[in-house]
Amino acid sequence: MGAYTDKIREIAGRLLKDCQVEMVIGFRKGSMPMMNEPCFVTRADAVDQLVWDGSCGINLANYLTGRTEARIGVVAKGCDSRNIVTHIIENKIKREQLTIIGVPCTGMIDKRRLKNLAPGEVLAVEEDGERVVVRGDGFETVHQRREVLQANCAVCHHRNPVIHDELVGDPVSEQTEVDRYADVRAIEGLSAKEKWDYFEALLAPCLRCYACRNACPLCYCPTCFVDEAMPQWVGKSQNPVDVRTFHFLRAYHCAGRCTDCGSCERACPVGINMRLFTKKLEKDAYEMWGWEAGLSLEQRPPLDTYRPEDPEPFIK
Amino acid sequence: MTCIKIDKQLWAQGLAAAEAQYRLFGPVKQGALYQFDALAAGQTPDLDGPNTRTSARAVVYPQSEVLFEYSLDSRDPEAHVLKETPAPAPRAALAVRPCDAYSFVLVRRNFEAPDVKDVYWLRNYAATVFVGLACDRPCSTCFCTSAGCGPYHEEGLDVLLVDEENHYLAKTITDKGAAFLQTAGWRTPADPEAEARIAQRRSAAEARVVSTVPTDRLAQIPQLELYAANFWQDVAFACINCGTCTYLCPTCWCFDIQDETRGNQGIRLRNWDSCMFPLFTLHGSGHNPRGQKVQRVRQRFMHKLKYYVDKYGDGIQCVGCGRCVQYCPVNIDIRRVCELMNGYGQNAACKVA
Repeated sequence: MGAYTDKIREIAGRLLKDCQVEMVIGFRKGSMPMMNEPCFVTRADAVDQLVWDGSCGINLANYLTGRTEARIGVVAKGCDSRNIVTHIIENKIKREQLTIIGVPCTGMIDKRRLKNLAPGEVLAVEEDGERVVVRGDGFETVHQRREVLQANCAVCHHRNPVIHDELVGDPVSEQTEVDRYADVRAIEGLSAKEKWDYFEALLAPCLRCYACRNACPLCYCPTCFVDEAMPQWVGKSQNPVDVRTFHFLRAYHCAGRCTDCGSCERACPVGINMRLFTKKLEKDAYEMWGWEAGLSLEQRPPLDTYRPEDPEPFIK
Repeated sequence: MTCIKIDKQLWAQGLAAAEAQYRLFGPVKQGALYQFDALAAGQTPDLDGPNTRTSARAVVYPQSEVLFEYSLDSRDPEAHVLKETPAPAPRAALAVRPCDAYSFVLVRRNFEAPDVKDVYWLRNYAATVFVGLACDRPCSTCFCTSAGCGPYHEEGLDVLLVDEENHYLAKTITDKGAAFLQTAGWRTPADPEAEARIAQRRSAAEARVVSTVPTDRLAQIPQLELYAANFWQDVAFACINCGTCTYLCPTCWCFDIQDETRGNQGIRLRNWDSCMFPLFTLHGSGHNPRGQKVQRVRQRFMHKLKYYVDKYGDGIQCVGCGRCVQYCPVNIDIRRVCELMNGYGQNAACKVA
């Protein structure tokens, strides 16, 4: 991925030097392994801090919401680009404000999984094509990249940016053969009681820090329903009913909009896979309307359009 | 100060004896996480993992705590009487890391100020005996030795346990700690060299803390200069304003009060709050003095690394546990921010892009 870094710097430097953009939003090398920090660069001589590797899992569309700069460069992998499309459709940014630096993506590394697999603290992670080398105090392990991808990346169907003005490399092949919804189907197959127990255990560690919500480009309401104080809709304690209400409603607000970018799960400090909720809705949108969010600037999302042939299986 | 030797074979037995008089808390593995939580009857704490994801703070200061109950039913003779929840029974926080234990010393300054005493925090604190576990494997993100404590630091602890393979050495620090050891039935005095060995292990562990943070200039830089520093936009850009840093932090103390009423019965709750949330400072008028992300991020760092430093004159409001460094979803690193603040005005460049 070193070539991507060079290309991103070259493009960002050119855009800034030629005053085509006022800022470029990308990633800089983090202070921890597998953690890069979203950043912005405003000067051509500062583009050397921009990097790209398998630890750029945060969705940069989130940093575009309501920006007022006339021209913004933004680095975007497949899912980021789909969320940029969604942002444009939902009037959170204008297409003409953006110069999209597209990154054909081969997936992000699952930092949690690698940490759990390692026999000690992970001190360095090096990517070398298909190999991911993990080093720590007294150990070095080598993994195949495809085996340590984030769960959402392993089943991603849109690794190439769907919208871009520049591209940092040749498009990568899409994973058309993967089964996207095996995990959702496994839960759909559970009994009501089993589902209840499953979700109760899933949400038990939740701290209500709202990292999942805040890392999500779709969650841009000026005041979220859980923060609304007049009237207050949801209790603020650790009462499980309130915790569930937050997670379930947040997921429903993402119906027909979620691109399964995985930022929510990646951001969670206690490792909750809340993607399961949004993914169920993503699957429903796909099966009912053949809809995948963020693929086209022309098409309106399924939940704000009506077609006579829309399925209505819930009306019996 | 005495040193007791606890054979590991007597560990579970001793905890069982202590359980009769103390409610036990300690590190437990829950799923993939180590958490600091109440132990079930007969459960022993898991001492092999890294420091717990959430700190021991909840033992004294739960994320959600009922302060009192009330009834609004006018037929109830006790209607509108605020009934305080019962005082906590004695509890023991087991295998607290010295950094987490030291956090209670810092936090106490807030909850036991000369003019205001927080009865709820104080009664939980008074009911707790802190049994520390010396830390021999600090992480790369630990900077406790720059933050006023260290892997064998004793301030805030009643007992310090040191793991010596087949047994623990229990260094008694307070009478409260001695009473706990007595209740657990651990009475075998350690050999005369034990203290010397602890001192040796302490130096070795301190040497393993590789991350350091400079704090020497924080007090002398004027508040307003730091407040108006040129790096806050850069520091705050990535922040998503979640509560990860503040909720995992052992030294964050801010809270929110809520009443929850169902029918005619209600409770008043105290919940953790976070300066990262816009609602935290939203006024009744609708005005929000910290309405922008950059203001909230600045507040968090200024509070920990400047206002606290100036107010109490005893270092930073941080124990260097590294949780916020490890779990910030966007890698905002307090060590880097502290470096920027401490070096402000000194080297003009300040590494800002």
